Amino acid sequence: MVKKTPFYKKHLEYNAKMINFFSYLMPISYRSIKEEVLAVRNNCGLFDVSHMGRIEISKKNYKEFVNYLITNDVFSLKENQACYACMLNEDGGIVDDLVVYNLKERILLVVNCANLEKDYNHILLINKKFNCQVKNISEEIAQLALQGKKAYEFLSFLTDDNLSEIGFYFSKETKILDIPVLISRTGYTGEDGFEIYFDKNYAERIWDFLFEKNPSLLPCGLGARDMLRLEMGYCLYGQDIDEDKDPLSANLSFIVKFNKDFIGKSALLKIKEKGLKRKLVGIKFSDKIIPRPKMNLYDSNNSLIGFITSGTFSFSLNCGIALGYVDINYAQVGFKVYLEDKNLENKKEGEIVKLPFYQFGSIKKIKKSEKEV
Amino acid sequence: MSLVLENLYYTKTHEWIRVEEDIGIVGITDFAQKELQDIVYFGIDESIIKKELKAGEKFGYVEAVKTAADLYLPVSGEVLEINKELISNPAIANQDPYGKGWILKIKIKDKEELKSLLNSEDYKKHIGE
Repeated sequence: MVKKTPFYKKHLEYNAKMINFFSYLMPISYRSIKEEVLAVRNNCGLFDVSHMGRIEISKKNYKEFVNYLITNDVFSLKENQACYACMLNEDGGIVDDLVVYNLKERILLVVNCANLEKDYNHILLINKKFNCQVKNISEEIAQLALQGKKAYEFLSFLTDDNLSEIGFYFSKETKILDIPVLISRTGYTGEDGFEIYFDKNYAERIWDFLFEKNPSLLPCGLGARDMLRLEMGYCLYGQDIDEDKDPLSANLSFIVKFNKDFIGKSALLKIKEKGLKRKLVGIKFSDKIIPRPKMNLYDSNNSLIGFITSGTFSFSLNCGIALGYVDINYAQVGFKVYLEDKNLENKKEGEIVKLPFYQFGSIKKIKKSEKEV
Repeated sequence: MSLVLENLYYTKTHEWIRVEEDIGIVGITDFAQKELQDIVYFGIDESIIKKELKAGEKFGYVEAVKTAADLYLPVSGEVLEINKELISNPAIANQDPYGKGWILKIKIKDKEELKSLLNSEDYKKHIGE
């Protein structure tokens, strides 16, 4: 069955090109991906991300439960603070990557749309030992992502509330148009930005209010979202990470806390002890080329050393960029790799670079001021 | 709705050809550019200039952010010119697919071949519009 988000009519009204994204009809772009990417980098864009899965966990030892589910540490979070994390299977493979909100007397998990059913069943299975309350509230809630260099300014027109108290990866329950909303300073673009959660019945009112108060706001689709995240080197589930990949090889060690227990920990420790075989790296190409998933990577001696998992032509950087897994012996910044392509007679040279590809994201400033507090 | 011009011939693979005496100007249709979306580059080798290519022969490819597609010549002919402006600024195929976004000019070998192409009405049906 094809599903629609509460903003479906708005997408049509704004002339979006729609695609079926894991059974959700979603906008891929409204006018052009380039315009939308550059709007977020230089101004502000609005994304409908209501297709994401939202699961609320409360009652009993809900924090212990979530802490056992995820690789990051729930107990290190203050109230209203959020973190990025992974859920693993017993073999250390990634079940999903998610954002975990430590709200008042409950935790909100925001998971990938494609994984919602799988995640929900995984959570229910583990919950047999914990008996917490697990609620799938995905269908009841609308979720917007207001992202961009000027997102703070744009959002400030909507509420009298002091947004500056919402630090990076913090959230606040407040009101827009008298409608209760949860606002968090989170996103997937590398720019400053907020995600807004609210009852789906108010979806069109809030959408219209955002554009009324901000005439230069641009609606952005999944095409821009994918390019923006890739320019930051952020992983996409189903491409860069999946159940056959572990978070250490995927460069996600920063969200794995070995000083606590979690599902998959012992398997992950074994992987660590044995040593990683491959690693996810960022590769930048100088030529006009679009690296695509599954393309093979070679070294200068023509030996196969890895493959691409995500690739695009970056409109912020004007070159081809990719994430891919490379044999651990070659996974170093500066190493030259060669891409095969059916259309090209000669392989195209690329170089392993430090992530993010795009170094000028406004998120840097927000993160920095956070550390100074 | 995609723009389909009356005075052009079309292929099922979404190229168009405009005939001016024995010269044919070839491009991709408005429907094609909308399907492809943000076009990043045209892979067309300059070595095809002055070469004679057959109807239906692949003369290059187009890469867009989301997908890539091969380009096929609507009718046989000698390649006279590649649109240099398009090669350096491929996005003009998105902005003006029937005008500034033309891809190449050929000297048509046999005008009879035009009869096997789609007219604007057939092409509209082909794309379901």
